[in-house]
Amino acid sequence: MKKLLNTVYVTTEGAALKKDGENLVAEIEGSEKARVPLHMVASVVTFGPIFVSPALIGTCAERGITIALMDRIGRFQARIEGPVSGNVLLRRAQYRTADDAVDVVRSIVLGKLANQRAVIRRGLRDYGDEMAAPVRDALERASDRIEMILRRVQVKDDSIDLLRGAEGEAATLYFGVFNHLIRSPDATLHWTGRSRRPPLDPMNALLSFLYTLLTHDCRSACEAVGLDPAVGFLHRDRPGRPSLALDLMEELRAPLADRLALSLVNRRQLRAGDFRQMDNGAVLLTDEARKTVLTAWQERKKEERLHPFLNEKAPFGLVPYLQAQMLARHLRGDIEAYPPWFWS
Amino acid sequence: MGAEEDAIPLSALQHAVYCLRQAALIHLERLWVANRFTAEGDVLHAVADKGGARRARGVRRVMSLPLASARLNLIGTADLVEFIPGPAGEVAFPVEYKRGKPKLHRADEVQLCAQALCLEEMTGQPVPEGALFYAHTKRRVTVPFDTELRALTQNAAQSLADILASRITPAPTAHKSRCRACSLHEACRPETYARPVLAWRDQMLARSLKDISE
Repeated sequence: MKKLLNTVYVTTEGAALKKDGENLVAEIEGSEKARVPLHMVASVVTFGPIFVSPALIGTCAERGITIALMDRIGRFQARIEGPVSGNVLLRRAQYRTADDAVDVVRSIVLGKLANQRAVIRRGLRDYGDEMAAPVRDALERASDRIEMILRRVQVKDDSIDLLRGAEGEAATLYFGVFNHLIRSPDATLHWTGRSRRPPLDPMNALLSFLYTLLTHDCRSACEAVGLDPAVGFLHRDRPGRPSLALDLMEELRAPLADRLALSLVNRRQLRAGDFRQMDNGAVLLTDEARKTVLTAWQERKKEERLHPFLNEKAPFGLVPYLQAQMLARHLRGDIEAYPPWFWS
Repeated sequence: MGAEEDAIPLSALQHAVYCLRQAALIHLERLWVANRFTAEGDVLHAVADKGGARRARGVRRVMSLPLASARLNLIGTADLVEFIPGPAGEVAFPVEYKRGKPKLHRADEVQLCAQALCLEEMTGQPVPEGALFYAHTKRRVTVPFDTELRALTQNAAQSLADILASRITPAPTAHKSRCRACSLHEACRPETYARPVLAWRDQMLARSLKDISE
């Protein structure tokens, strides 16, 4: 099994990243704060004004370590990549399939819906007994309705637009009951519906931040197996959008990002004070809270699960890579369909 | 004819004999995963790749000799070719350096034989035998280029040419033991090849809906 290597996240403004021999070194105000051997690093993600030395950029490009630059609030700015690893036949197959991708999209949507439903079921299983009857009923109803959509997607929906519609319907149901999965007594942490660009409340700020991290990992996974991250199946092409990375992410959002957000809030590792509101209404994580999230994210990625299709144990962090690989093998004709990743 | 960039590298033949899928993953899909074995091979070849010629006991030794065959559309480099004086002029004797020890399969012999076919085409003289030098045993194994080995080599070249032309990556080898030692195992995922995904997907969904609902 491929080794899960580290992603180095740098959030301290004014930090400097340099190469020293075979190591990546982080300095703050001229003194060394961290040192990581480069052979243990898969990618580097910086937030805000961070200096990255030319020598480090060169070495990372050469070794396939990607560097992603985010702005202070975690919005993607740029990415530095070495020569694209070339499997031109795979990319051609990807482009051809993208024009008629019902099959791949069906797998993605099935995986996404099953996993959203599993997150609701998990909430019921863990806290159902403590819930008021109407709350429990609401969760049961959402779960049942997502199940109905799932069955329809499985046998009936036969156009990409129908599949996109099904995905949207399920998302409305899922986020419609998401608040019931939040156990924190903190009223400011309650769910008021999905908002992005900018996120308007703490839960949305947290989800957006986690989705950014997951997008980065999915995008790197596409690159690693030679897929073009910009050409998607479920997501329509749009210049600058990593559509395939977003496709790959769909089945992983609920179990990887949403569940982590819920557990951070439910275990009170994050509280109202960990968020601040800007003048435009946008809500952001504080620097300290961001570190808490990044640490939890890294830990989550190390947790091992049985990969349902490969029947092998794999850390969560490798799932995007394994799924990208399965997609690539499907596009090259090895297997008849893309096997979704079912969380259980 | 065959444009030069379409020529098949000699080293691909040993992959083709070992497993046609492995050859396709490397030469068609450009997936290559370095591991200890390939790294050792690289070190070994760095020694042989110094190039140049020298003479020992009347034998002319040429290192890193470029080779090609227009007939088989092959191109590559011989680690070492010895030109041994004989009554009818020099006789070429290719020597290939290999890590490890002699193997049960004939991939190394095929690669060497392909060099001989190139040399015959280039010099117009017969090349009756060559040798494989194994780093582990530090011994040369003499390989006669008999009819059987020549046929095996030409078949490997043809199968590989067909695959590169079709652009379809074939099924994994039936020899499971070869998969275990293969450096491309993880990129290849032979155990998933041709697995029925749709039936599996339905089964997983049924289980997911049943398990959690009750």
